Amino acid sequence: MSAENTLTHMSEEVPLIATASQTVGPFFSFGLTTNTALGRLGGPNTRGERIRLEIRLIDGAGAPVPDAMVEIWHADEAGVFLFGRLETDPAGLCAFETIYPGQATTGAREAAHVNLCIFMRGLLRHLYTRVYFSGDPALESDAVLAAVPPDRRGTLIARRDEAVPSTWTFEIHLQGDRETVYFDL
Amino acid sequence: MSAGSRRIVEGSQPPLTYPPYKSGALRSPTRPLIKLAGDFSDFAAPVYGYHAIGETDADLTRQHAGEPLGERIIVSGRVLDEDGRPVRNTLVELWQANAAGRYTHVVDNHPAPLDPNFTGAGRTITDDDGRYRFVTIKPGAYPWRNHTNAWRPAHIHFSLFGESFLSRLVTQMYFPADPLFAFDPMFQSVRDESARQRMVSQFDLSLTEPEWALGYRFDIVLRGRNSTPFEART
Repeated sequence: MSAENTLTHMSEEVPLIATASQTVGPFFSFGLTTNTALGRLGGPNTRGERIRLEIRLIDGAGAPVPDAMVEIWHADEAGVFLFGRLETDPAGLCAFETIYPGQATTGAREAAHVNLCIFMRGLLRHLYTRVYFSGDPALESDAVLAAVPPDRRGTLIARRDEAVPSTWTFEIHLQGDRETVYFDL
Repeated sequence: MSAGSRRIVEGSQPPLTYPPYKSGALRSPTRPLIKLAGDFSDFAAPVYGYHAIGETDADLTRQHAGEPLGERIIVSGRVLDEDGRPVRNTLVELWQANAAGRYTHVVDNHPAPLDPNFTGAGRTITDDDGRYRFVTIKPGAYPWRNHTNAWRPAHIHFSLFGESFLSRLVTQMYFPADPLFAFDPMFQSVRDESARQRMVSQFDLSLTEPEWALGYRFDIVLRGRNSTPFEART
């Protein structure tokens, strides 16, 4: 029997069962978020409206989450996906410099959105959610938003900063009356 | 089951809410997740490479001027999807405590020594067989404040992307026969015994390098690119 082809503890039967998730823990930053360039998405030639997306994470007691990792990905105008990753600061904030999302070429028509993956101490599994943009006329016809109860859709919509129009702010509530919608994918 | 389907075993993933893990009390969502039906979602969009891999990134014992203290080990395995296919050219990142159980992190104040020759972070890319290989130091157990006299079993954190964000995985690799398993809420949060055991690496003589380092095998299964994420769960 060749060890090369033998899986640890695994039966030969497929489908195999996915490895269990475990928390990212409190001490990930020296391993995962040292590259602060991942806070800027796209290059100088990426077309689209430049925006700053400020994301703030808040726990069930209303306190900022200072030790989360947020990954984002979204389509640009050409349908190419851009990726970013940041940790939150002591105020629970992280801010991505990116472009207003374009339409993904795959699948049905959806409103402009940014996909999010959230990791932190206290979460045994990561969370999937989305950021939509206030005022987008396509919000009414978006298929993913349509799956969300109407009274909770607002938790997924970022607001434009009145003082700095290129900045959009988005609050993620882990619990409470304004608990953000998370998706089971 | 046909290829491309998923086999989800009850308890093979930890629950979102698990009270024995106290850090989740104010952080785990309390409302049901919203199920998305259909295949329209770009959550399954492909992941692009974004990280250049440096020469010593996969050898955590060569990242400083001197050699780190502790037991040198090789950690290697294959990354597969649920259909058993190798996941090629995917980023594998790891981070860990040093041999004394201390992290290179400003808020780790466990009174164990830092090692100036060990940072404890590495990354690599899987080969055509889905294989990865790291050289590192066996991490120590360390105390935490979840409950009185709480200790984490020795572990190495892993982060993987796979084909899309559906396959995104952050997990922890443990070492065989650790006496702390029974007392660790993190390990115990996975209720299925065989799923727990798949987080435990195996000593593998074929991975050891004589006169140099012991070897541990840790294989990882990610959600497959062709899997149907919305099918009824069994």
